[in-house]
Amino acid sequence: MKLNRRAFIGTAAAAAGTLSAPLLVRADGHAKPRVVIVGGGAGGATAARYIAKDSNGEIDVTLIEPTRTYYTCFFSNLYLGGFRTMDSLGHSYGTLAAEYGINVVHDWATGVDRDAKTVATAGGYAIPYDRLILSPGIDFVDGAVAGWDVSSQNKMPHAYKGGSQTELLRAQIEAMPQGGTYAMVAPPNPFRCPPGPYERVSMVAHMLKENNPTAKILIADPKEKFSKQGLFEDGWNTHYAGMIERVGPDFGGDAVEVDPNAMTLSIDGEVTNVDVCNVIPAMKAGRIAELAGITEGNWAPVNAADLSSKMDENIHVLGDACAQGDMPKSGFSANSQAKVCANAVRGALTGSTVFPARFANTCWSLIDTNDGVKVGASYEATDEKIAKVDGFISEVGESAEVRQATFEESVGWYDGITSDMFG
Amino acid sequence: MKSLKRTISTVATVAFAAVAHADVGGDATRGEDLYRQCSSCHQIGAGAVDRVGPQLNGIFDRAAGQSEGFRYSDGMERAAMGGLVWTYDSLDAYIEDPRSLVSQTRMSFRGFDDQQDRDDVLAYLRLFSANPQDIPESAPTAVAVDHEIAPEILAIVGDPAYGEYLSGECTACHQTSGAANGIPSITHWPSEDFVIAMHAYKDGVRLHPVMQMMAGRLSNEEIAALAAYFADIE
Repeated sequence: MKLNRRAFIGTAAAAAGTLSAPLLVRADGHAKPRVVIVGGGAGGATAARYIAKDSNGEIDVTLIEPTRTYYTCFFSNLYLGGFRTMDSLGHSYGTLAAEYGINVVHDWATGVDRDAKTVATAGGYAIPYDRLILSPGIDFVDGAVAGWDVSSQNKMPHAYKGGSQTELLRAQIEAMPQGGTYAMVAPPNPFRCPPGPYERVSMVAHMLKENNPTAKILIADPKEKFSKQGLFEDGWNTHYAGMIERVGPDFGGDAVEVDPNAMTLSIDGEVTNVDVCNVIPAMKAGRIAELAGITEGNWAPVNAADLSSKMDENIHVLGDACAQGDMPKSGFSANSQAKVCANAVRGALTGSTVFPARFANTCWSLIDTNDGVKVGASYEATDEKIAKVDGFISEVGESAEVRQATFEESVGWYDGITSDMFG
Repeated sequence: MKSLKRTISTVATVAFAAVAHADVGGDATRGEDLYRQCSSCHQIGAGAVDRVGPQLNGIFDRAAGQSEGFRYSDGMERAAMGGLVWTYDSLDAYIEDPRSLVSQTRMSFRGFDDQQDRDDVLAYLRLFSANPQDIPESAPTAVAVDHEIAPEILAIVGDPAYGEYLSGECTACHQTSGAANGIPSITHWPSEDFVIAMHAYKDGVRLHPVMQMMAGRLSNEEIAALAAYFADIE
């Protein structure tokens, strides 16, 4: 069913009379509470869909997202490895608009007026809200990697937001000379998708092994340890022996400088010529969180029970951008947080039942063809933070059947979560 | 009982020897072992009824989607409208790779890669199709999962509204459409089977780490609520 705005309001008004929950009338006379969501990824799209779906038209939902086709960052490493097409990672907002009645605004949010409770957009609008949900993902910390800034991202791509950067990185890897070097500058904690850089190394190695088997991979890493380290290192030894070298902080992996024009990477003063340099800088909350004035350091602190900002009770922050406690920054986490937040926001605005928060996360990674591994945990809300309850991780030495089933499960998860986000 | 099945197997092999492709090398006894992978969802034999999947007595030469009262996936309904009939060849293709024959089937089975395995399973299935009067008088094959839970847990009537809220934890992976692709479908299961399966994870009898974690913190009432919600989901 395609709803135009008038029909949608009409349906909702008719439905409202039959509901026992109070229909709150806003101070400015606007009949329906308004939720504005900034960012249409795993957090924002999920929150929009759940609030619209579960409120049956009782809440006006506006989703502000600049891109018309959203390319997921999760699974983009599989594109680099040749296991997915870019098309298969693209999703439109058509169903959210047409079937859920969500007002999808393709525009950039450029500011938040917390007193007037409006979101300013690059297109010149001021969109009013009763509750604002920010799910802007990540931006990069200026000056995090000496010699690199966003103006160098075409020479040294980060490829840490899905889409064109990922395509650029793949083209650069494909164009490497035989025996050339792919370098990665890995980010410090905390950052989006903790296993992501190392799954990427695996996928790049997979591609090079097929097309450029004498090529080398060099990782400069400021962290002593990383996610699923035992599993990745075991897999690298098995599948890509001799190809991958990782320099940790004990050997200067945290003292890095790049020169995008000369295509050099300096680790602790030792300069290496590289053919591809994938710089993944330190991260911070998407800039709109900072502009809204709700960040502390690089992230936006939130309360665990409803993901509300610790600085403004009418703003909630989801996913990578928030500082919530123990959950890793992942699409799965953002999706999980979004459902808790949606339930709480709906309860606050319409009086619907608010159930206790519960969260979960699982991160799958692919090491080589049919060699999938995973790590996950469940979480609960405490007064202090989102706290881990229980978890699991794949084991070194699992059978080929288990690893293949884990990979196939990840493919199913991709279909599941994207259906949960985009309808 | 085993000897009776063997006898029937021999008879069946002879009876269908003339049919093209039929039962070439299919060993129904081995097929019975392999069928254990199917039996958590499909009953077969005397008294078999529909559970997570339809019962499979008389499946040969039956039109697809015809077990009365079973709620099929849209994909299977479409295949049935398109005239799919379960012959040796179509069953062979289906159990090799269910989703390539019937896209969007709810059947969450990756398939038997090996032709011998498929021949053996089909030889076993055929025992229950060839002549209804020959259906062995055994109890229906394994019911749900091999896990026993207290009757009072099974008796809990779940609240589907609460189940809908809780289902947010499931739908990060499992699709509400019932589509299954690497992650099993969990829609339209008999509530009892759903409850037993979840308790099997919770009690560590079923071995999937994600599901053990998710089920591990669900109360008996919450599991019942989820079962109620997913049983009747639109």
